[in-house]
Parts: sequence; C-alpha cells; structure tokens
Amino acid sequence: MTTLSTLDLSIAALLVVALALTARRVYPGLAKQLLLAAARTAIQLTLVGLVLKTLFANVSLLWVSLLALLMLAVAGREVMARQHRRFTGTWGYTIGVVSMFISSFSIALFALVVVVGHKPWYQPQYAIPLLGMLLGNTMNGIALALDRLTQSAWEQRELIEARLVLGHSASEAVSGIRQQVFRSGLIPIINAMAAAGIVSLPGMMTGQILAGVPPVEAVKYQIMIMFLIAGGAGFGTLAAVRLGVRRLFDERERLRLDRLKR
Amino acid sequence: MFVVKDLSWRGLPRLSFSLQPGELVCLSGPSGSGKTQLLRALVDLDLNQGSLTLHGMARESLPPPQWRRRVALLPAESRWWAATVAEHFTVLDEQQLARLGFERDAGGWRIERLSSGEKQRLALLRLLANRPEVLLLDEPTANLDAVNSQRVEKMIRGYLEATGASCLWVSHDQQQLERLCDRRMIMTAEGRLEVS
Repeated sequence: MTTLSTLDLSIAALLVVALALTARRVYPGLAKQLLLAAARTAIQLTLVGLVLKTLFANVSLLWVSLLALLMLAVAGREVMARQHRRFTGTWGYTIGVVSMFISSFSIALFALVVVVGHKPWYQPQYAIPLLGMLLGNTMNGIALALDRLTQSAWEQRELIEARLVLGHSASEAVSGIRQQVFRSGLIPIINAMAAAGIVSLPGMMTGQILAGVPPVEAVKYQIMIMFLIAGGAGFGTLAAVRLGVRRLFDERERLRLDRLKR
Repeated sequence: MFVVKDLSWRGLPRLSFSLQPGELVCLSGPSGSGKTQLLRALVDLDLNQGSLTLHGMARESLPPPQWRRRVALLPAESRWWAATVAEHFTVLDEQQLARLGFERDAGGWRIERLSSGEKQRLALLRLLANRPEVLLLDEPTANLDAVNSQRVEKMIRGYLEATGASCLWVSHDQQQLERLCDRRMIMTAEGRLEVS
C-alpha cells in the first residue's frame, strides 16, 4: 500500500482552506466552523491513531472494554445533543446509552465471537473498528428516532389525548407516531443497503481495497457490516422508542410533556 | 353515583361535588376559570390529587383506559387520526347517525371533508359508543346551528334516561342552561365551585 506523507495531507487540506477562503465573504460564520471541524478531524483522528497503535501492541480485554465504554459515553452525549426536545434529567442521556448498549454491544460481541471468530475475540484490530461502525450508525438511527418521537408527541398532544380519553391505551394512542418514528430510524440504513455498490462504494470496503485486500474479500466484510448495522440500528431504535414511549406516559397513562425540555 | 372529593391540581382550591345517576349538571363560569382543567382532571389527563369514585369504585382501582371509558370527556375540539369516519368507531349505529342528522353512508366520509359542526356531532357519537357512565361535555354545541344543537341535546337527554348515566355540561349559553340543567354549578374566577 502507498503510504501518505504529511505533505500529501497538507495538499488535501489546501482544498478545505480554499473553500473557507471562497466562502468567507458570504458565509463568514460557516467558514470558521468549517476550518474548526477540519482541524478537529485532523487532531482527533491522529490521537485515535496513536491510541489504536498502543492498543494493538498490547492486546488486553480491559483496555478494549475501557475504550468501548468511552465510545459509548460519547455517542450517548451525541444522541442527547441532537434532540430538540429531549427528556429532562438523566433520562435524556440514559435512554440513548441503554439502547445503544443493548443493540451495538451485543451485536458487536455476536459478530466477533460467532461471525469473525478470530482468537482472542477481543483482538482490538477487529473489535474497535467493528464496534465503531456499529455505534456510529446505531447512534444516527436512535438520535433521529428519539428526536422524531419527542417532537411528534409535543406537536400531536391533542391527538394523543383525544385517543386517551376514548379509552385507548398509551401504546395505542401513539401507534401512528411510533410507526413513523421507527421508519425514520431505519431509513438511513435501508437507503444505504439499497444503494450500496451502485451509487456509492461503502467506506470500509473502499478502505480495504486501498489497503490491497482482494475486492471480493472486501465485499464480504462490507456485506456483513451492512447486516450488522441494520440489526444494530433496528434493534437500537426499537429499544429507544420503547423506553421513550414509556417515559412519555406515567403510571396513570397521562401524557407527560412536562418531562420534555421546553 | 359519581363522587368528587377534595380534587385539586397545581395548587388550586380543592373541589368537591357529586353527580346523581341520570342527572344533568351544567357548569358555567368566566373563561380561564378552569372549567376545562376540571374536566381534564376528572378523566385523569393531568396530574391531580383527591378522590374520585364511580359507584363506590375508586379510580385507582381501575386501569386508566377503563376509567376513561366510563368517565368520558368530549373535548371542545375533536381530533381524528384515520382517513375515514368509520375507522374511528368500534360500532357505528346507523340509527344514531340519523338522529344527529347524518345520512347512512356517513361512515365512509373522509375526515378532511367534514365541517367543524359535523366533527363535533360525530365526536359525540364516537364517545357514546363506549357506553360511558359519566359524560363530561366541553361546550358540545358550540359549533352547531339551532337545529343541530337541539338534536344533540335530545340525544344526550335520551342517553341519560336510557342508561342512568350522569352528565356535566359546560356551556356559556344562558338559554341552553335554563332549558337543560337539573342543577347548576358555577366556577368562579378564583377556581372555586358554587353549587346552586
């Protein structure tokens, strides 16, 4: 594989700088945001590269688990930050984290032990990228779904309560919303699977091909990842919606919008 | 008998009253005094304290959906979630439809084509299909002309006589109040109830 020098990266960076300079006049705020994000990419990825290098050199379940938990904690924060009307208190954070933990962690474990079957199963070279891809996509699905759920409950309060007063259970009263929410959580991965290979070459597969892996082997890995992501995003969204709906109502099946941030 | 004792919400004064079987009690009072809030508390839509009993059964002893089917609220504005009228009903009685001035095929009508008055009358039918024992009606004839108001009044009177259900009817219409009520309650601006 041809390695990239710092000079090569600097040339690529010029593209971003050029964009920022061009956009500076009309969109001053955005140009700044763009440069900041680009700098973060460079710094964060370099750091993660160093962390992975150390981790790969010392294969230890403890360190892998610690990094995995850190990733989960950050993903949970991200899910919370993306919600317009999140649940107040610790719920805004825990619903996302618990759902991601249930789906991403168990599916990653399943994939490592049963599908990949490398020994030891926690070999960081497999475990961390796999979990990262799963978490990233599950996080997207859950964030979209929870945002949609809380927003719809807020906007459709009168409709939900109209059903409650007719003797519908809380779960029936939000059945329409729940369907849309689940759909919005799954749409990104459904679209990605439908377009994979025709419209876009998925990043992981491209990476493996660049690294010299035979295309057919890279494709097999990509197919596995897509299925794992579909499972992770799907089950994660299901869990998040279930927990979210539960929190939206109290024990007397009252719609509790006071539990959402105004 | 429906008994309300020391009901209060959001720190407002405690309210107590009761409704006898077959009785129609009118509730009036200035806007913003909390009439709608009272009805919402009675069906347990908002947090509230106090004891509510229906024929001796405490509301806590019933699952919330069952309580709300027995103590039924007709909100001032109806909401519809499916495409056609019939999808909102467990049973759609054609005779009842006719009594409120609808044609037999009204069940197939699309919701977006209904006028506000039609929605209000259909919402009443939808509520009565649950055979409630207490009716809480929030200005049920506000969007209706004289003919349809009378149809609604007649239907509710008939329902109370046939089933022994009680009714709490919120209205601003003085003539309607005099024509209908067995008894009147007035909610003051401070949120207290005056029973006459």
